[in-house]
Amino acid sequence: MKTGLGATLLRAGRRLLSSLPALFGVLVFTFLLMRVLPGDPAVFFASGPNAGKEEIEQIRKQMGLNKSVPEQLVFYLSDIGHGNLGRSMMTGQPVLKDLRERLPASLELTFTALLIALIAAVPLGVVAALRPGSLVDHGVRLFCALGVCVPTFVSGLLLIYVFYYLLGLAPDPTGRIDVFTSLPPQRTGFLSIDFLLAGDLEGWWAAFRQLILPAVSMALFVIAPLARITRASMLVSLGSDFVRTARSVGLSWRKVVVTYALRNAILPVITIAGIVFSTMLGANVLVEKVFSWPGVASYALDALLSSDYAPVQGFVLLMASLFVLVNLVVDVCYGIADPRVSIE
Amino acid sequence: MTDQLLDIEDLHVSFSTRRGTVEAVRGVTLTVAKGEMLGLVGESGSGKSVTGFATTRLLDAAGRVTGGKIMFRGQDVTKLRGDDLRQLQGAAMSMIFQNPRAALNPIRAIGLQIADAILTHKKISKDAARAEALELLRAVQIRDPETRMNAYPHELSGGMCQRVMIAIAISCNPSLLIADEPTTGLDVTTQKVVMDLLADIAAARGMATILITHDLGLAARYCRRIAVMERGRIVEEADPKTLFSAPQHAYTKRLVAASPTATSRIEDLVTEEEREGYAAVLGKPRHEPAYGTPPLLEVRQLAKRFDEGSAAVADFSMTMAGGESVGLVGESGSGKSTTSRMICRLIDPSEGDIVFDGQSIGHIASRDFHKSPLRKDIQMVFQDPNESLNPRFTAYDCIAHPLLRLDGMRAGDALRKRVEECAERVGLPLDLLSRFPHQLSGGQKARVGIARAIACRPRLLVLDEPTAALDVSVQAVVLQLLDRLRRENDIALLFVSHDLNVVRMLCDRTIVLRNGGIVEQGESRALFDNPKTDYTRKLVEAIPHIDTGKLLAAAV
Repeated sequence: MKTGLGATLLRAGRRLLSSLPALFGVLVFTFLLMRVLPGDPAVFFASGPNAGKEEIEQIRKQMGLNKSVPEQLVFYLSDIGHGNLGRSMMTGQPVLKDLRERLPASLELTFTALLIALIAAVPLGVVAALRPGSLVDHGVRLFCALGVCVPTFVSGLLLIYVFYYLLGLAPDPTGRIDVFTSLPPQRTGFLSIDFLLAGDLEGWWAAFRQLILPAVSMALFVIAPLARITRASMLVSLGSDFVRTARSVGLSWRKVVVTYALRNAILPVITIAGIVFSTMLGANVLVEKVFSWPGVASYALDALLSSDYAPVQGFVLLMASLFVLVNLVVDVCYGIADPRVSIE
Repeated sequence: MTDQLLDIEDLHVSFSTRRGTVEAVRGVTLTVAKGEMLGLVGESGSGKSVTGFATTRLLDAAGRVTGGKIMFRGQDVTKLRGDDLRQLQGAAMSMIFQNPRAALNPIRAIGLQIADAILTHKKISKDAARAEALELLRAVQIRDPETRMNAYPHELSGGMCQRVMIAIAISCNPSLLIADEPTTGLDVTTQKVVMDLLADIAAARGMATILITHDLGLAARYCRRIAVMERGRIVEEADPKTLFSAPQHAYTKRLVAASPTATSRIEDLVTEEEREGYAAVLGKPRHEPAYGTPPLLEVRQLAKRFDEGSAAVADFSMTMAGGESVGLVGESGSGKSTTSRMICRLIDPSEGDIVFDGQSIGHIASRDFHKSPLRKDIQMVFQDPNESLNPRFTAYDCIAHPLLRLDGMRAGDALRKRVEECAERVGLPLDLLSRFPHQLSGGQKARVGIARAIACRPRLLVLDEPTAALDVSVQAVVLQLLDRLRRENDIALLFVSHDLNVVRMLCDRTIVLRNGGIVEQGESRALFDNPKTDYTRKLVEAIPHIDTGKLLAAAV
């Protein structure tokens, strides 16, 4: 048997290889889907509503749309192979560059939201599980239900109304940073981290204030699944034989709850957190729109509405790759947290 | 008396359930002296474990002590709170549990778990606690303790896990240890080793022990005094010899009779009224197959290799005549279940052939065997009556299912008649047919499992530890039922079991397996009375014997 970490990494590598066919499938499927959807990009990008037939034909030719679908697919795939995701008709820039500019914004928002959600959900779930059926348990349930029922754009608008309009605590919801703040040298692309690295605390505070409202409104939505799964697995853990053993030798309450029960109960939460993260990344378009956040999701939505093929295809490919990556990370974390997983 | 360590007086415990309050313990009075080993014996639901949990204050939230006192070293345990309680748990009394693997934290190294227990009660450094944990692993005779310190429970065998559990329980030198079914689920040989170890440690440290078990033989072997519990009360208390030779209470008599011993016969196990009908069957002469009849089952050089590693079963050959009963015994991992599953055609053999009634069936893929007309001739009864019944099927559906699938019957009066017939054969009251598995008792579920297996009138019944999960009194009735089916319907039985006493009673011939190969085989009684190999001798010696057969016969 290999050491735990080595075996885990080996397994992760194998998983990565086995997900390549799925990524290819995603690539082809999105390509075909875009071709099937109604709307002609050539008409959209023609000079005006009264553009002549010849002009549209010419644009079609220029874009390669006059070729058959299989031919277009082959060109597309060979471009991808060369690391070229095409050019966006909206921005006029290569899609790769667009995505690279916007992805850190989305990731920063999603990571922060997930962190807030976990910090809130795990204790809530634990507290609910320690006293099932009590007032606290019902309170947590109510809070979770509310979080799920209220759509993110509604909670986002509510937060803006309360903290920006009524209380004036939050800055205006217009992107990652207000225009007058000088940006730090870009290292990670995460503004809050870049500011810290540059030692600019004032800038960090400004970026943080911009970030907190959208992150909270996203977190509210995913606290429910995380808290519920924590509660459920904590209940199983607390009722298990090994917790009884721990109690039988008189371990302290803290040791029983944290070291014995919670560490076991957290395992399914890791898996769910991975799924939640992937979902958030794709679904945060509403929050990005409400807070004018310059992220990838709102970029892809704009592209979709204007039949701009390349950015949409690039976005889906990016999401699929991130999904694979997140699953890998979850896998590795799980392998480290649970010694039983590494033996196969 | 002053030398009493534990003095339980008129203890009452009740559980609040959805259907109201259930009294699990109703008036138990019990004493344990310093250094004594007391056996607390009873069947499931008798309240023996609940008494143990009440003493160590580990009852779950639904359970409550409603009356009585538990005096331990002059303190009433039921009144302790907070820190006083934690001082008691682990340090003064501790407990070991039935399922050792589940009782250990699966994601914490065992050395740390032992150290946790030590650090709770002693103000010493982590390194010192680690060193003590290592000493404890040595004390419970774990080989290579230095490396095992970092092992996780899933890397250890069941017996090893139980030793670790013992190490945790004795880590702070308690004066009372409560062992709740400590060896149930372990092999007989492992059971002996673990119990010997426990007895030695208790004797060496002067630790009083309460051994909670359903196995009278086990209690008799290790305890000087045995208390028998039935439905929340202690019905009898005596030393083992008196208990077995002259049981006073009716329940004890039944329990003693139902516990299989080296000399008991199936008809001895049950009471007069349950024996009715069976005697008549026994009287009838066995239907001897005509000379030259080909065997019902012939297995030739069967082998099974799983994906990696060595063969699970290798070179296994046997024959069975119609109506014969053959026992397959061995420790866990000896390949007995694998063999029985190959013969049932639930898994595919890697090599060899299985000939049933003159037709070779070994080459039919197991996934296609359900289409074979022979499927209904070979049926199986599984170990766990709870897990092997579909929870969404009523007893009626369970029994009707094979008739619909294999006999091509249609729903209607004919089917209902057949199902009721089967239920009657196995002694299942007809009004239980509409119930779901969770509404049936263990014995009733076992009967449904058997009724389902015999529904299509098979000629070979393969039974994989069919009574392992049952109480002895239920086991007695089920064994009698099986023997009766064999005699009346000429069904051949292939009986997989680790309980040698049961195999000895039920089976004409026995095959002893070890590491996937046959070690020894022959006529059951001869084989057990006079084992030829060391392995078989070890198996036979490991069974707790009750050597009071003659006295008992005189007493009943």
